[in-house]
Amino acid sequence: MRHWWFPENASSYGGDLDSLFYLILYITGAVFIIVEVGLLWFVLRYRTRGGAAAGGPGRAKAYYIEGSTRAELIWTAIPAVLVVIIAVFSQRLWSELKDPANVPPDAQPIGVMVKQFEWQFTMAGADGRLGTDDDITRKDHLTVQVDQAYQLELQSIDVIHSFFVPAFRLKQDAVPGMTTRAWFRATRIGEYEVACAELCGLGHYRMPARLVVLSAEDFTRWQAAEAPPPAGGGGGQ
Amino acid sequence: MTAPAGAAHGPDAAHAEHHHEPSFLRKYVFSTDHKVIAIQFLFYSLFFLLVGGALAMLIRWQLGFPGQPLPGAGVLGDEAAPGGVIAPKFYLSLVTMHATYMIFFAVMPLLVGTFANYLIPLKIGAPDMAFPRLNMWSFWLMIPAGVLALAGLVVEGGSAAAGWTAYAPLANTPDYTGVTTGQILWCLSIAVFAASSLLGSVNYITTIINLRAPGMVWFRLPLSVWALFITAILAILAVPILAGAVIMLLFDQILHTHFYLPAVGGQPLLWQHLFWFFGHPEVYILILPAMGIVSEIIANGSRKPIFGYHTMVYAIIGIAFLGWMVWGHHMFQSGMNPILGTSFMVSTVLIAVPTAIKVFNWMGTMWRGRLWLHTPMLNAIAFVAMFVIGGLSGIFMASTPVDMYIHDTYFIVAHIHYVLFGGSLFAIFAGIYFWFPKMFGRMMNERLGKLHFWTTFVAYNATFFPMHLLGIAGHMRRIYDPNAYRFLQPLQPLNTFISVSAFVLFAAQLPFIVNFFWSMFRGRPAGMNPWRDNGLEWTVPSPPPHGNFAATPKVLHGPYEFSHPDTGEDFLPQDQPLPTRPGA
Repeated sequence: MRHWWFPENASSYGGDLDSLFYLILYITGAVFIIVEVGLLWFVLRYRTRGGAAAGGPGRAKAYYIEGSTRAELIWTAIPAVLVVIIAVFSQRLWSELKDPANVPPDAQPIGVMVKQFEWQFTMAGADGRLGTDDDITRKDHLTVQVDQAYQLELQSIDVIHSFFVPAFRLKQDAVPGMTTRAWFRATRIGEYEVACAELCGLGHYRMPARLVVLSAEDFTRWQAAEAPPPAGGGGGQ
Repeated sequence: MTAPAGAAHGPDAAHAEHHHEPSFLRKYVFSTDHKVIAIQFLFYSLFFLLVGGALAMLIRWQLGFPGQPLPGAGVLGDEAAPGGVIAPKFYLSLVTMHATYMIFFAVMPLLVGTFANYLIPLKIGAPDMAFPRLNMWSFWLMIPAGVLALAGLVVEGGSAAAGWTAYAPLANTPDYTGVTTGQILWCLSIAVFAASSLLGSVNYITTIINLRAPGMVWFRLPLSVWALFITAILAILAVPILAGAVIMLLFDQILHTHFYLPAVGGQPLLWQHLFWFFGHPEVYILILPAMGIVSEIIANGSRKPIFGYHTMVYAIIGIAFLGWMVWGHHMFQSGMNPILGTSFMVSTVLIAVPTAIKVFNWMGTMWRGRLWLHTPMLNAIAFVAMFVIGGLSGIFMASTPVDMYIHDTYFIVAHIHYVLFGGSLFAIFAGIYFWFPKMFGRMMNERLGKLHFWTTFVAYNATFFPMHLLGIAGHMRRIYDPNAYRFLQPLQPLNTFISVSAFVLFAAQLPFIVNFFWSMFRGRPAGMNPWRDNGLEWTVPSPPPHGNFAATPKVLHGPYEFSHPDTGEDFLPQDQPLPTRPGA
């Protein structure tokens, strides 16, 4: 049953996102209960046993009232206040996630090139930069270091795909002709799945990639082992 | 504001009156009578509702029992279902066409084809639509549109498989889906559908403005007519955007233009902006008429005036207005500038305000009523109860960060079905049970109606509520086999439960089908006003004759004078005078 709810969070902002979800769940849950219980109560309280055969609920009349400005003002104002609260909290997290100024300054770049139906990840080597000789490129496999921030630069070769890591609460479309960006900081060592969330063709359902989060020591060891051998003949100027 | 006399209604109707006995073809097939056209739309869209539902069953089979052969699926052919196992490509066609049929060929024509046609002239006291021939064309254009939409199922390569949202460049590049003809047919069918919709809308708007009976001032209009009026305005502005966007999509495929193709300078996001600029008003096109229908029935079933009539009107207008500036909430994760995301979030959550007003006003209408729980009323109450869930779950998606997680998951699938099935479709059932006696002169069977209602209500919730859980667990939508992902494998029992519930839901429509056809011929004669209602349609025989009213009615008050303390009965038709208080 625990699989029927959020996957355990493994990113720095996933907890905030979950909290926001719960805030909305409590607010909407309260409205939900008020409406559903109210409806049920009214049905039980005010129903009549006339039936169609009797031509309606009998001769007695209902309470004649055409409305109440006061009541309507109340149920206009309360939802308005509630949605403003939700919007304010949402905006705070949104700007943390999406404002380019809020990307962690230590974020290391990861290049993501996606096509039908595979991911190609380019991870920076020890120099922390892309486009150099020690870049590590892997298909459907991404290894990162725990507590280190990364910025993804997503590009698509063919159609729109969407990079989705449920455990990180992270999703970002990759659009052909554009570079889209997203960042994350993994907080838990382990292995996670990357999924494609945007319909991209026949193989859309089978695009899992492995995302491995290693401790700092393991990561350094992995990076050293995986780094491509220096290109011969002075290629690395 | 004074309403123009309903008697002056153009040469068409006057001309028709000279032909005393129109031929069968003119009377029932190429009819210009709004009531016949409404019933044509009814049969048409119920057919597509059934087809769309059948496709959903195939989808649910694959998700509930992935990779297992479906008994009898051999008839679908080796390409679609080799050995009875649904193939991935056919699955995507199913997903695409289920939504296309349901949205464009079932729910929309039910609301703005059937109910708009049937109710507008009768409820405003007009003999027919302002443009009866345009009206006939509006229906007959739906025939080629429907044929084109169905044809995809039998052409080589199968139906369109890029989703009903047809995102470019998946949709406009045949290599990416393996579908060529099917996608072209899809574009053509949507373009023809758009033409039909425009003819209908221009007709509804003109009729409501010009053909209201004397005394039917704007604030005496029934809420259903208000909702249909605002909906027609939405449709006339939104549908051309869709038509233009789809024609550009078509050109990309057949003329090798590149509006949406990035390799040669096109923009995939342009399609999304155009599609959702239509697509979000479309959501309100699909829900406002449902709200209008439900308002009529809740007032009738509560035997009380609608609570806050004026506010209800302003709420309809408010929802429609805000509906134009929220389309970007479908695109928060698309790569659109995040600052735009913020503004779309704000406009989206604001829609909760007029929506809440409507919900609480319906509850206010029921409060201290004398509830007559006829089948239409049960369906109308279910509309409120279910639409609330769809509305509230929308707030999760409106919150930009939460949407980052739940976007493109089953949470969205749950949401759209709570709005379009829990909302629109329950209202449609309410409306059919309520106006069937007027359409066919006979009552539908209450016992079968209640059986249909309760089984549908339970199976519906068992089907769609657990989809919220799938979404929260991260289950993506439109995936052929969730077991390709380890984190989704534990959800299989939930998927199987949903599928079994969906099969029950489908089977639960049988009492409705039986009831519908049986009652048409054998139902108890309805009489003029079986629900003891106030609308002008209940002041004429069931079914109403050609031309509707023997004499143009005079409207003396609003449509919701139930349980007025000074009347003899607990209702008062709009053409009956309000009693003057003794001594007043």
